[in-house]
Formats: sequence, structure tokens, C-alpha cells
Amino acid sequence: MNITISNGRVIDPANGIDAVQDLFVSGGKIVALGTPPEGFDADRIIDASGLVVSPGLIDLAARLREPGFEYRATLESEMDAAMAGGVTSLAIPPDTDPVLDEPGLVEMLCHRAKKLNRAHVYPVGALTIGLKGERLSEMAELVDSGCVAFSQSNVPIVDNAVLWRAMQYAATFDFRVWLQPIAPFLSRGGFAHDGEVASRLGLAGIPVAAETVALFTYLQLARQTGARLHVTRLSSAEGLKLIDQARAEGMDVTCDVSINHLHLCDLDIGYFNSHCHLVPPLRSQRDREALCQGLIDGRINALCSDHTPVDDDGKLTPFSESEPGATGLELLLPLTLKWAELSGVGLSTALARVTSDAGRIVGITKAGHLSPGARADICIFDPEAERRITRDSLRSQGKNTPFLGIELPGRVNYTLVEGKVMYEAVLSAP
Amino acid sequence: MRNPQLTKNGELQHLLTLDGLPREILTAILDTAEPFTEVAEREVKKLPILRGKSIFNLFFENSTRTRTTFEIAAKRLSADVVNLNVSTSSTSKGESLLDTVDNLCAMQADMFVVRHAASGAPFLITQHLAANGRNDIHVINAGDGRHAHPTQGLLDMYTIRHYKQDFTQLTVAVVGDVLHSRVARSQISALTTLGVPEVRVIAPKTLLPAEVEKLGVRVFHDMREGLRDVDVVMMLRLQNERMSGALLPTPQEFYKVWGLTAEKLALAKSDAIVMHPGPMNRGVEIDSAVADGAQAVILPQVTFGIAVRMAVMSMLAA
Repeated sequence: MNITISNGRVIDPANGIDAVQDLFVSGGKIVALGTPPEGFDADRIIDASGLVVSPGLIDLAARLREPGFEYRATLESEMDAAMAGGVTSLAIPPDTDPVLDEPGLVEMLCHRAKKLNRAHVYPVGALTIGLKGERLSEMAELVDSGCVAFSQSNVPIVDNAVLWRAMQYAATFDFRVWLQPIAPFLSRGGFAHDGEVASRLGLAGIPVAAETVALFTYLQLARQTGARLHVTRLSSAEGLKLIDQARAEGMDVTCDVSINHLHLCDLDIGYFNSHCHLVPPLRSQRDREALCQGLIDGRINALCSDHTPVDDDGKLTPFSESEPGATGLELLLPLTLKWAELSGVGLSTALARVTSDAGRIVGITKAGHLSPGARADICIFDPEAERRITRDSLRSQGKNTPFLGIELPGRVNYTLVEGKVMYEAVLSAP
Repeated sequence: MRNPQLTKNGELQHLLTLDGLPREILTAILDTAEPFTEVAEREVKKLPILRGKSIFNLFFENSTRTRTTFEIAAKRLSADVVNLNVSTSSTSKGESLLDTVDNLCAMQADMFVVRHAASGAPFLITQHLAANGRNDIHVINAGDGRHAHPTQGLLDMYTIRHYKQDFTQLTVAVVGDVLHSRVARSQISALTTLGVPEVRVIAPKTLLPAEVEKLGVRVFHDMREGLRDVDVVMMLRLQNERMSGALLPTPQEFYKVWGLTAEKLALAKSDAIVMHPGPMNRGVEIDSAVADGAQAVILPQVTFGIAVRMAVMSMLAA
């Protein structure tokens, strides 16, 4: 199938392209930009006038909740959400039930995803069996089954000797290790950033030290073992400062932030809004500003949805008893655009954080950009169209997000995966 | 964001916290409580204000004192009172908080008096009632986690006003485990709202919440320094499980450094009053000589508590 995407504003951050031109797709790949290859005969022409043509988004953390939590979400519902959100590649955290610590499970997940034939799935294997922080998982086997990295999701390893050995073992193969900085004892029993808001509301606090102490340990161990460290879900200015220092000393480390922590802070908890119960906790306004600045200048490499569908029963309880997490796949693009608008960062830079920059962290080479020969994973969207986020507007089975009721820019008109139109918005007649 | 305990017209619909409540409303509650103190001295201690109303004491956490004072307050207003100790019934059978509330709504409740171990639980209930169009049901927070205990805060204000009249000339010290105390949070909110120019907290750093000074208080760690020239000393209860561990080494050391003794109290103004929300740990946070001494107003606090709770209930549901 040959498709011409005509007259759109093609933004390809990896190649520094931002211009109105045609894009040509054939055999699941991008074949040309600007002028069609010789003898190109389009089966379909998509008129992208007034729209942005971007690489499909790459999300560093999308929980599809399968296996084990099908009452919260299924592969089908969340793949639909990904397509509606223009997200064509998903890194899947290992915190399913059972945990992604077994090659057979990973193969099953990849097989199920492939059969659904929508977003590409990149499983992140468990660093330790059952995420228990005791025994190493079969990392080499897991990579053969399709894992792209290893992580503990948000279940920190208590025993630093195990963490040290796990990083050493991963470094043996040069596997990527993704770690969320959570010091287990410092974060225990807490539900909100240890600051004025938590003090006022009487919520047990999680100090910034819960992030920095863990992060300092990770950086030291990565330095000693040579492990390829990616730090997930930064939440504090102090945490970012530690990353800066490590880089200044020549260390190669990457990090990401979630859409929630980029846009919200502890004040948004208001009167105990359990939608704002997240891991890590939303921190202060000053922290949020530092994260925003870090993402602007690329010290924070990528932005992710940290998609975590939670059912209503998990949220309709007092704050401290509620399930942490928020749905996010369909908000990744709108909140990227909103951030670009608020911070004044250009569209190309903003999109880089959710396409090519994120792809580099996963190790995706054939997508995340629009070079000829690349996989034709493409998101075509209207950057101006405003949309109110409501429970009904979300395709994800998880309807809980702090952004319910808020108007956000960006409507996805088409999502292409490997050259096939997998999502097409139903637009009302003008 | 509208304060969820006020109606669109700014009237009190629920009493959930004193934080953010306007001074006029606080003062109105204290004024309303004034005549109710006399009811206790009558031969027939009953007023017909809430006749025919059903009040459910919904206690998800054990409490005898607070529940009893709410019960007495409701009965003196002629309401029908049902006590539910939910900690020992539904929740242990797996029923959710909101399921319990729905069931009681179906029993035509007019008011819930709620105590819950989780901060914010009464807010969840009022949001749920609003979402189901049951704005006719009123909720009084009888203590939620570490967050608030508004009727305790109000009875403390009533006591201070009774003995000291004018809030705007006072220095008040809150002493002890502020970190875990819903009472302290409600006291601090009320004192700052009522215009007390200097509210002090005195505690070790381990028992103070983060950025506590942003709540409008002056922080002291030294008891002698903190008590100097104060008009009111408000002691807090220290829970047993917090007396020795990572927060404090021993109850003995706490008593030595932060326990209120006659010698330390002598640094306060000579007419200073001593308050305690009860139950007291004698010999831990307070010495018996002070607790039973001439400056203590701890038992009047209990008496005023009934009048203040009558005032709140009558303002909400009459």
C-alpha cells in the first residue's frame, strides 16, 4: 500500500526538519520526503493541510495491566488508547502479575501485542525475580524474548548488595538498567511530598531525600559497575542536580519525567484529590519548575505518560488508601503540546522528547524519526484543536487522571503504524 | 476551588476543618455555644432544636470520649442518635467506606459525625453525598487521621475566649507531638484565623511537620524559651507507640525536656492557663501537679466541648 501524506507540516526532530512538504509511504516504510520516488503511485492520499506530521510517539512507560490486572485494563483497551493518542511504540514496565521476569511471559505479551497489530511493544524485564530484590532474573534469556531493558518499576531493591550485583550482571551484557529513585525506608508509609501541603492536610510525607539518597546510590553503583543507567520519573530539583553533577564528572546517564510531574505539583492535591496520588509524589512548585527547565534544555531526556490505569474503586477511597497512578497514554501528546505552549519551547524540540529522544533510551533505531527507510510509524495531528478531557473521551479503561475536565490542545487525526492507518479521527463536518 | 464545607452562599454546610474557615463563622459558632452552656445547669437538660433528626455517630476508629460528648450534645438537642463502631463491623467484612455511607443514607440520616483513621475521609464522604444529590445530609468531622479535629479546636477556642476574652492580645504555645496531631492542626488554624498575634509550637524536630512555620507559627525547640510570657499553654497527647523508637528515645527523656512541670510553667505569664485535649499521659507530657493545679482548665474544656458541639449541630441541621 502506497500512501501520500500531502501538504502537512512535517516535523522530524531527529533530522532537523520542520517544513510543509509531502511524505511518501510504501511497504510499511517511509520512502521519501518532498518529491515522490520514481514511479510512486499512491493508493491513498491523506490531506494533511494545516496538520502536523510527526513520528509516532514513543512512550517510556505504559502499563497495559496484562497479565494480572485485567479488571483495570486490557491489552485491547490500552492499545486503542495508544492509537487514539498517536503513540506507536510502548515500553512496558514489568510490574504485571505475574511479574515480567520469565521469558515465556514476555514472549506471550509480545505475541498478544503483535496479534492485535497496533502499537509496537517493548517489554522492560524485571531486574530481579518477582521484583523482590533477591535473585537476578534471566536477563540474557529475557533479552532473547524481546526485553529492551531491566527495571524494578517502582519497587526498590532494599539490599544494595543485590542492586550492585544486578547492575554488574546487566553491565556484563551492556544491557540497559532503568531505575526509579526510591529509597525504600525513607518513602515507606508516606503519600505526599513532605512539605507545606502534606503538613496542612495531615498526610504522611515522603521527603525529597527518598529520591536523592536512592539516586546517589544508583549513580555510585553505575559508576562502579559500568551499567548503562536510565533514571525514571524524576520528581525533584535536587534529584536533577545530582544528575547534572554526575554528567559534569563525565558519566553517561539519561533520565525522564512524567507528564503529571511536568504539569502538576503538590498544591494540586487540593482537598485530598486521589487522582493526584502518584508515585513518586507530586512535589513543590519549585521542583516542578526545575523539571520543566530540565526538559526544555534536554538535561531531562524524555517525557513519558507513566500510564497507570486505576479502576474507580481504587480511587474512591481516602487519599492514603487510594491506588496511586493515573491514565496517560491519550494525554501524552496534548500535554507535550501544552508544555510547549506554556514554556515557549518550539514544537520540534517538544516533539523530540516524546519521539527520537525517547527512542534512543529504548534503543529504537528504525522509528522515532522520518528518515527514508524508517518504519512508517506516523502521527498526524491538529496542534490547534482544543479538546476537553472527560471520562467519555478516553479510550483507556482507566478513566482516572488529574486532568479530567481540563481543555488541552492537540487532536490526533491519523495514526499510522508500519504504513497502515490504524486510527482515524471521526471529525464532525465543518 | 470552593471550600467544600460551605454552601454557595458561604454558609456552613459541613464542618470538616477549621483551615480556611472565615473568622465570622468561627466566632458565630462560639457565640452560639454561649447559651448552651447553661442547658447543663437546668433540671431538664434538653432543648427541642433537633427533634426528629437522626444523627449517626460513624466511628471508623475507636473513641469513647469524643463519641460520648457528641452523643450527649445530640441528645440535649433532642435528636435521635445511633452509634456505629464501624471499625468492628462492616469494614472488617470488606465493605467500603462509601458503601457504608450509602446504606446509612438509605436509613434517612440527617447528619453523620465521622471519625476515621485516614486524613481526608470526611471530604470523600461529602463529595460522594454531593455527587448523589444528598446535600441535605450534613457531615461533622470528629477527627480524621492527622488532618483535623475541628470541634476540638473550637472548644479550645471557646475555653480561651472564656478565660482570656480577647484573642488579639495573646501569645499561645502548642506543645508536643504536632506532627501526628489533628488537634494541633485545628488549633493552629483557629488561632491564626481568630487573630492571635503569636502562635508558638514547641517540640523536637522529629515531632514537627515539614515547613510547619508556613502554617503561621513560630517554632521553638527549647521548652523554657518557648513558654516565656505565654498566656495559654496547649499540651498535646503523645501516643504510646511514639514514645520510644525513631522519633523519641524514651518517655522519660521526653518528660525531662518537653514535659510541662510547675517549674517550666512558672516561665509563662502568672495567669497563664493550661489546656490538654485528653486523655493525658501524666508524667510524660504533663506533671500531675500542673494537670490538677490552679492554672489547669482541662475539665472545663470537656464541659465547653458539649456546648460547642451542640452549637455546631444546631447551626448545621436546625
